[in-house]
Amino acid sequence: MTPPLRWPRRAAALPGSKPDEGPWAPAPVIEVRSLIKTYGHGDAAVHALSGPLDPVSGEALGVELVVQQGDFVAVMGSSGSGKSTLMNILGCLDVPTSGRYLLDGIHVGGLDERQLSLVRNRKIGFVFQSFNLVPRTPALAQVELPLAYAGVKPAERRRRAEAALTLVGLADRMDHRPNELSGGQQQRVAVARALVTAPAMLLADEPTGNLDSHSTEEVLAVVDRLNASGRTVVLITHEDEVARHAKRVVRLVDGRIVDDVRQAPVDGPPPVLRESGSLVGGGR
Amino acid sequence: MSLFQTLRFAFGGLAANKVRSALTMLGVLIGVAAVIVLLAVGNGSSQAVKDSIEKLGTNALTVSSGGGFGGSRSATVTKPLTVDDARALADPAAAPHIESVAPETTTSETALYEGTSHTVSQVVGTYPAYFKASNSKVTHGDYFSNDDVLGSRKVAVIGSTTATDLFGNADPVGRKMTLGGTPFTVVGVLATKGGTGFQDPDDVVVAPLPTVQNAFTGFGSIGQILVEAKSADATTQAQNEITTVLMGRHGIKDPTALDFRVSSQASLLTTQADTNKTFTVLLGAVAAISLLVGGIGITNIMLVTVTERTREIGIRKAIGAPRGVILGQFLAESTLLSLIGGGLGVAAGLIGSHFTIVGIKPVIIPESVVGAFAIAVAIGLFFGGYPANRAASLRPIEALRHE
Repeated sequence: MTPPLRWPRRAAALPGSKPDEGPWAPAPVIEVRSLIKTYGHGDAAVHALSGPLDPVSGEALGVELVVQQGDFVAVMGSSGSGKSTLMNILGCLDVPTSGRYLLDGIHVGGLDERQLSLVRNRKIGFVFQSFNLVPRTPALAQVELPLAYAGVKPAERRRRAEAALTLVGLADRMDHRPNELSGGQQQRVAVARALVTAPAMLLADEPTGNLDSHSTEEVLAVVDRLNASGRTVVLITHEDEVARHAKRVVRLVDGRIVDDVRQAPVDGPPPVLRESGSLVGGGR
Repeated sequence: MSLFQTLRFAFGGLAANKVRSALTMLGVLIGVAAVIVLLAVGNGSSQAVKDSIEKLGTNALTVSSGGGFGGSRSATVTKPLTVDDARALADPAAAPHIESVAPETTTSETALYEGTSHTVSQVVGTYPAYFKASNSKVTHGDYFSNDDVLGSRKVAVIGSTTATDLFGNADPVGRKMTLGGTPFTVVGVLATKGGTGFQDPDDVVVAPLPTVQNAFTGFGSIGQILVEAKSADATTQAQNEITTVLMGRHGIKDPTALDFRVSSQASLLTTQADTNKTFTVLLGAVAAISLLVGGIGITNIMLVTVTERTREIGIRKAIGAPRGVILGQFLAESTLLSLIGGGLGVAAGLIGSHFTIVGIKPVIIPESVVGAFAIAVAIGLFFGGYPANRAASLRPIEALRHE
């Protein structure tokens, strides 16, 4: 239906050739500059994302965040710290009040509705805390959906959806509807749906928030493997146990980044796989 | 997204709430069926009037006793019509535009044949000219003749309903039936006229005037005089001649104070046909309103569906469904509702039109079938468009936050 947008081929795949717009060797997947999000107006305004205040004028400077390709970032913070707002903006579900957001080098603010839906479809895989599966739809059709919106042929769609479901360990649950699956299985279907279009990054908003510890392990294992195979992952959590899986932990308080800790290098497997020594998918 | 895919989603959406979808379709179904059936009934009744005009013959005029509309009767005493009045009208010198005259007296009697009893609603005593003027044809047997009238013979021509009710499958010609105590020999059976209204025109016994007068009504006044003009164009002149002759005979000077009335059956029925047209339009309007209500039902249900599935819309948008796909999906659903409802409505309307409704055989107007169906589908598209558009233009985060 809609002609596929031609994204500029990232120089990341070709070592040695430098991209012309930035000093980083592989261009960042996410580049957020002076991002501010405000709800309401005037006195009733709530600053969900404000960043540090200008010491001279006292004005909000906005959030700055850069995420490199292949990184695994955990965003932590208490409720109301703005982490979900940040995630929604990163997922192109919401628009910032001001500031720039470059996704894979593309200025998202300048896109129209049709292009935005293409970005959501091709560039982003979003996993929600509440699973958000389409009701009454079997797992396979569920995972095929983003491919259907992308205009992929039925046979190819089926093949890729089956591969994605197999990857998350649900090969035997393809015909099950959401109400026939456990929470962990539903979330793994959601992960399969998010990664079936091979997006530039996987965004997960508290993916384990509604899951028991066993299901949490299942979902995190899938995410670890995805990151180990080179996919950029950004996830929100308030559990240290989950944050332990990330290569980098960013803490938000009152709409500002207060802490940014690197737990493992961008290149290479995520910390959990490194410790256990099982290099599933391997580094690069 | 292929068209097939969109349709499959739409079917899925409708199947998710079967009762609601079925009720919405029922609304459209009733609307479409009502338009088709009611217009067919209206059309059928005007068709029936048209047919009876043709059956009557357009040259026929009826003279009946009584004042005309708006005529003042203050001074005049109403003189009843007599056989002599009829004889005067038959004079070609006084009334050159009159072809034939048949005095007519009508009563109702019970007929008996071998234990079968049947009440004949119309027993007509008249002259043979009646058959031509009233466009009644004998299909089996023969008419009675002028000789029968002169001889007051007890012979009768009977209508087809009377024939079947009284004689069953037996051939009535030549058989004797008893009519109000007087034996009559059946000489002929009239062709079936068929008709609408409360009186069956085929339930009739026609006998010579003196015979009926002798047996039932007495030799006084007669009910009416049936006059046949020379041609359809001559009816106006014939009407004037009748008025002049009868005014002379009844001694009336003032043309506004007549004690008789001349009416052309054809003009009477034309008026009735016009009334029928108004009736059809009214029926159509009522049906159109019910179709509109069906359309509003679709809008309502689609709005509810959109509200109910706002979250699902949010999910679909979050995984990259373009606006057009969401719009298409909801439009497809509402159009399917109206398409299926309309299709079933057409079927119901066509079936319903096969039954006789309040004595009227409905005649389907083909345009009404196509029109009602097209309007139903258009309503689905139009009224579904608003909720669909509302669904498609939601921001994903707003839709996702909706509970």
